[in-house]
Amino acid sequence: MTRTHDDRTGTAPDGLDARLVVDRGSFRLDVALTVAPGEVVALLGPNGAGKTTALRALAGLTPLTGGHLRLDGAPLERTPPESRPVGVVFQDYLLFPHLTALDNVAFGPRCQGAAKSEARAQAAEWLGRLGLAEHTGAKPRRLSGGQAQRVALARALATRPRLLLLDEPLAALDARTRLEVRTQLRRHLAEFEAVAVLVTHDPLDAMVLADRLVVVEHGEVVQEGSPSDIARHPRTDYIAQLVGLNLHRGRADGHTVRLDTGPAVTTAEALSGPVFVAFPPSAVTLHGSRPTDSSARNLWRCEVTGLETHGDQIRAALTGDLPLAADLTTVAAAELDLHPGAVVWASVKATQTHAYPV
Amino acid sequence: MTSTTKSDAATGALRGGPRRRRVRPGGGRGAPLPLLVPALIGMAFLVVPLVALLVRAPWRSMPEQLTSSEVWQALQLSLICATAATAVSLVIGVPLAWLLARVEFPGRGLVRALVTLPLVLPPVVGGVALLTALGRNGIVGKWLDSWFGVTLPFTTAGVVVAEAFVAMPFLVISVEGTLRAADPRYEEAATTLGASRFTAFRRVTLPLIAPGIAAGAVLAWARALGEFGATITFAGNFPGRTQTMPLAVYLALQSDPEAAIALSLVLLAVSIAVLAGLRDRWMTAG
Amino acid sequence: MTTRNARRTLQMAGVGTAALLALSACSSSDDSSSVKSDSSAPASSSDKPSGTVTVFAAASLKESFTTLGKEFEAQHPGTKVTFSFGGSDSLAASITGGAPADVFAAASPKTMKIVTDAGDASGTPATFVRNQLEIATLPGNPDKVSSLKDLTRSGLKVVLCDKEVPCGAAAQKALDASGLKLTPVSYEQDVKSALTKVELKEADAAVVYKTDVKAAGDKVEGVEFPESAKAVNDYPITLLKDAPNAAASKAFIALVQSAEGQKVLTGAGFLKP
Repeated sequence: MTRTHDDRTGTAPDGLDARLVVDRGSFRLDVALTVAPGEVVALLGPNGAGKTTALRALAGLTPLTGGHLRLDGAPLERTPPESRPVGVVFQDYLLFPHLTALDNVAFGPRCQGAAKSEARAQAAEWLGRLGLAEHTGAKPRRLSGGQAQRVALARALATRPRLLLLDEPLAALDARTRLEVRTQLRRHLAEFEAVAVLVTHDPLDAMVLADRLVVVEHGEVVQEGSPSDIARHPRTDYIAQLVGLNLHRGRADGHTVRLDTGPAVTTAEALSGPVFVAFPPSAVTLHGSRPTDSSARNLWRCEVTGLETHGDQIRAALTGDLPLAADLTTVAAAELDLHPGAVVWASVKATQTHAYPV
Repeated sequence: MTSTTKSDAATGALRGGPRRRRVRPGGGRGAPLPLLVPALIGMAFLVVPLVALLVRAPWRSMPEQLTSSEVWQALQLSLICATAATAVSLVIGVPLAWLLARVEFPGRGLVRALVTLPLVLPPVVGGVALLTALGRNGIVGKWLDSWFGVTLPFTTAGVVVAEAFVAMPFLVISVEGTLRAADPRYEEAATTLGASRFTAFRRVTLPLIAPGIAAGAVLAWARALGEFGATITFAGNFPGRTQTMPLAVYLALQSDPEAAIALSLVLLAVSIAVLAGLRDRWMTAG
Repeated sequence: MTTRNARRTLQMAGVGTAALLALSACSSSDDSSSVKSDSSAPASSSDKPSGTVTVFAAASLKESFTTLGKEFEAQHPGTKVTFSFGGSDSLAASITGGAPADVFAAASPKTMKIVTDAGDASGTPATFVRNQLEIATLPGNPDKVSSLKDLTRSGLKVVLCDKEVPCGAAAQKALDASGLKLTPVSYEQDVKSALTKVELKEADAAVVYKTDVKAAGDKVEGVEFPESAKAVNDYPITLLKDAPNAAASKAFIALVQSAEGQKVLTGAGFLKP
């Protein structure tokens, strides 16, 4: 991690420097991406945002219609995919079903000109490094999801890429394997000395695996930063939803923020100008009737539109003065007799809100 | 939605009892009559003529019918030519199928229609077309003759050409269908590993579509084995050189229908044996 | 769900009914035509031919019989002559198989015998023309073929009819009679195929009938050879036993055998019997 920051501050043109423009009539992708060697960047975004297109453009599978692509200083725009120093771990791995795990991994070295025995030796080494020594002879259909994922990683790494691309690396796994594989993958990515870019729609995967997040919506970068920065300061509804925060936009004047939707919020920070106000659903307290003794100055009349369990809590979706998500215990929900259509009062303490400039 | 499913299941269960008992001898458990009846008619339509051939076969004179060397010559020639025609179809038909399935180029639909045209062309017309193209005086054959001294009509090679012309579209269609169904992303995965497009095709796509190629090859082989019209028109009919089984059968029919039936049965038996053998080996493995 | 299924069944039933109606329409029109010829049969006893005459004739007769058919229709208004031309053997097989025909004209006594042996002929077949073999060469006869013996020259591509078909049997007879051994490049399935190979210049020569050479016009050149006299093919014609229109058929056979008919036939290259 520290090495990452050293490299980034250096002036060497190492790493990835790209502006990916892909124009497909109704859809346009325009994403700038700079990644230092040893850094892991996650492209995070909803389905259809263009993450996979960006990944395919990096691999050379989708041609760029504009922009540039340089890896370690060398331009790659016109290089065909087979000549790019790029390794890809595909979403469903795409292990060749007719080849054993060993031959899948040996495929890359073979294509790069290694003799059959040499390629196999390299493949065996990679599989051993990823803890798959016993599965070298297995065909992909005999491997578990987690094993297949590691074979796919070994296959991509065996070509010694300068850019490693991972497309939804954990999406094909069930919840239990996912936890285990995520931890392993994080270790392997940390060891990887070149550029790694992964694509995911899962914020947890992104935050655990990546040093830096690039959030893509509608083909554009909407926010970029460290996982903790993005978790604390979401700038779009999509990110706020991902990180589980209520997010509102307004204009601050001291401790008061006049929201674009109308009502005012009292905040802990004193700011001026356009700001975001964020607070977690757990900071919202619900009341059956207008509280008279509440010290909270942020009080709104709302209507329940939906309820769902969220861990051991109940999350209520509210509309009214402003749209909100509120978390409360099952007991509290029962006492309030919450049901869709019920009218409640929601309050948030100023100290639990967080305001930051747009 | 749930109530519909439930009531459907209920009526199905109610009817299931008696109907199932009635239909079981026919094979399909709960096969609906509007499908079962035409299916059985279809089966009879295809099987009865073959049974008739067996019933009317001159079993007593069979041994002498089949000991003539001409019969074995024709059978041998048929097997060799059909196999060679299949090999030719594989070598040029599989790449053609790949081109049609994987490469976008203007007029692709037209090309596909053209290369599958021999499927609907009467084989005799195909034979005439081959003569006008590859015959001694044909637009291409003229050059083959004057440059290399090669003339195809009336030669065994001509039989192979005629059979390949008629049989290859079966292979192309079958392989193209398999290619379309196969996930092209495997080829992409191979290219990201450093494989050229040809290497990706050879080491990844080809093994993946092997069952489809095998099925297409069997289809093409069977078609080539039974080929008559294009062969007799393009390659003529000379025992031991261009007279394949179907030609021998047709000419025997002119004077001696019993001999024709005997010959047909030999062809039938050989093709059933080969197809059954291939089925066990390839089809189930794939 | 159920209603949709029912509707589909109805649609299918509708298609089926339409198909059945179409079929019955076809068969009823067939019926009416056969009824017509039947009802005209008694009328023809007053020796005025009418109705349809169906003639099965050897392929080599196509041009001359088509001409005679038109002539017959002109002479006897109200009649119609329909032809089925083909290989004599296949025609014989159709007749013994029950095809509804009035007249059969074959290219060899051997094929006629198939019909008479099956008892399908009415009376004894009569020879109405004879056909002689001729060598067909490329236009201008570039290989200078002038005799049957010339065909045995090496390097010359010659096609013969298969021995199983009349023209092949006749050619073999001529070769045997002159003690020649000829290895062709192909034994063709019928005389037209043999001729086609020369027309397309794939073969240098073919042994075919004089009439075929004549019909091919200037696409081939005919070379007569004396041995052909030893292998002349007789063409027999007969009325069939189950002829639906016997009276008119008799009139057609009479026309074929008349001086007028013979003129048309010899014009096409046939020899008088």
